[in-house]
Amino acid sequence: MKQVLEGSQAVAEAVRLSRVTVISAYPITPQTHIVEYLSDYVADGTLKASYLKVESEHSALASLVGAASCGVRTFTASSSQGLALMHEILHWASGARLPIVMAEVNRALAPGWNIWADQLDSLAQRDTGWIQLYCEHSQEVLDTVFLAYRLAEAVSLPVMVIMDAFFLSHTYEPVDLPEQKLVDRFLPAFEPKFQIDTADPVALSPLVTPDFYMEMRHNTAKAMEESILQLAEIEEDFSNIFGRYYGPVEPFLCDDAEIIMVTSGTMTGTARQVIQDLREKGEKVGLLKIKLFRPFPTEIIRKILGSAKKVAIIDRNFSFGAGGIFAQEVRAAMCNLPDCPWIFGYIAGLGGRDVTTDLLEDIYWRTKKSDVLSGESIWMGLQEEDHAVERS
Amino acid sequence: MPLNVPEQDYMYPGHVACPGCGAAIAMRFFLKAMGQKTIIVLPACCWSIIAGAYPQMSLKVPVIHTAFETGGSVASGVRAALDIKGDTETTVVTWAGDGGTFDIGFQALSGAVERNENFIYVCYDNEAYMNTGIQRSSSTPYGAWTTTTPGESWKRMRKKNIVEALVAHRIPYAATASIAFPEDLIRKVEKAKKIKGSRFLHFYTTCPTGWRIPSEISVKIARMAVQNNIFPLYEVENGVKYTINYKPKEFPVREYFKLQGRFKHLTDDDLAEIQEMVNEDWEILLRKAGTQ
Repeated sequence: MKQVLEGSQAVAEAVRLSRVTVISAYPITPQTHIVEYLSDYVADGTLKASYLKVESEHSALASLVGAASCGVRTFTASSSQGLALMHEILHWASGARLPIVMAEVNRALAPGWNIWADQLDSLAQRDTGWIQLYCEHSQEVLDTVFLAYRLAEAVSLPVMVIMDAFFLSHTYEPVDLPEQKLVDRFLPAFEPKFQIDTADPVALSPLVTPDFYMEMRHNTAKAMEESILQLAEIEEDFSNIFGRYYGPVEPFLCDDAEIIMVTSGTMTGTARQVIQDLREKGEKVGLLKIKLFRPFPTEIIRKILGSAKKVAIIDRNFSFGAGGIFAQEVRAAMCNLPDCPWIFGYIAGLGGRDVTTDLLEDIYWRTKKSDVLSGESIWMGLQEEDHAVERS
Repeated sequence: MPLNVPEQDYMYPGHVACPGCGAAIAMRFFLKAMGQKTIIVLPACCWSIIAGAYPQMSLKVPVIHTAFETGGSVASGVRAALDIKGDTETTVVTWAGDGGTFDIGFQALSGAVERNENFIYVCYDNEAYMNTGIQRSSSTPYGAWTTTTPGESWKRMRKKNIVEALVAHRIPYAATASIAFPEDLIRKVEKAKKIKGSRFLHFYTTCPTGWRIPSEISVKIARMAVQNNIFPLYEVENGVKYTINYKPKEFPVREYFKLQGRFKHLTDDDLAEIQEMVNEDWEILLRKAGTQ
């Protein structure tokens, strides 16, 4: 049934339909409406879950580590500062191979205080062993929560469902809200592969000497790799039941494209429009949306981008001293191809600034006209005035 | 006189605690009272090592090892999951050192007990970060040498009164216990086990390695701490009802300090000052118990 839902509510509805039984969250600056909707569902009994209202984001995730160790389906939501505070426990969750799912609303990190869309918060957690899925619209967010639980429970790894602040979290869109029985068919009750049991005492996450540590890490690495194949199977199952499909990446008019623009998150919708407009003008341009960032779908991306002459990657994030993070990853994926396309990295939309059709078109023309390949990031839309404080 | 404690052990011999380790003695008595239906949440502490390195384990109950500051939060999640599963028999226990309780884990502990989470939190207190090499914590007593309070910069702040901090949360049950009084310890654990909500047990556990004492006087030092009122044995119900379990007639602290290498630099004047502090703390406790 189609309903007009706020992006945050789409997440909360998906969590309810996923029959999550332990939720833990903290209203750190900034949280989103996700946890408020869930509080309502638990209070009115539409979701039969235990909801821990903890005293920090650190405790939110730590308490889910405890709950998930006992073999129940768990959920939390976080954002920017809160996710940064969780950093240590992100490792504990993946290291213990716990299938926790988190909705992560991309917001800028302070200072200065900025609660608007920016991907650095989640991308700074790329090495924590969490699967990361970046979503474009509310329907995708809702569907991805279901996919996330199936995937997390199949490979025993935690998953972040990631969405842009405001552009997605606070925007109302029509969303097809599936019936419970359909969701139950796709996502049956959680059958844990492991749970703490007093009748079979074990130690979870104990001290591990150099004799075993590498093997444990290697096991997690294998599970990460396997998740690409698992996701493909799970998505096939999903599309059979719901008639919708996303994929780890989403190519748009890429087959004959000479220049391919690469985006993630909500700017993809804007970019689609720009690509169509440019196509009408006869430009051979395509678009690749990257949804699955961890594990990075290297082989798939090489196949799609390998035939282009130039690639323009637009990053709503920046790693100081290294550039846009999607650009780094794509470069690393492409570097050993014999005819590697020229790869340009653009920085746009940091701290919630709009990424407009004009700006994306500008990126296209710059890329087309450029006859020098530079590894440096090109910052788009910078104001001329420099607000940096200089003290003499 | 034979000890009146349960026969069944939930610890294997051959664990790697230092000789005379009070924390190992405390765990052994504690689990005798708790029994099999216990899940231990173990934030970083000496016991992270004593419980065994993979693939070995020194306990016969399940253990969830976790980050230093998460004793209160991980236990909250375990309890929530057990409740959802309808498991009312199993008791969730956090077993943490003084660093993980007084310092880095205090926020999560305070949060958990404010929510009155249904679990037992045990702080086994050896008065410094012993596992990492004897660094001072806010539990380290006035006058003590540690590797971060060396020489003339011995600790000049008083030990944080953790039990009173927990009592201020008005939790159903808080108690102190000592490895030198195992029957009292076991009675308190059994009592705590029967109560619902947040229960806090503060165990005095000597550390021969960090306190610079011979391992054979580990229990003797623990006994002296109680007899000298340095570590009074008492219980507090619902944040208000105080019961003092042991009242010595006189309590000179001098001998207790003289036996420990960590206090060897203290002068007679220092010891006189410490005696006054101990007397003052005891007076406060008596007032709270209404038995002055």
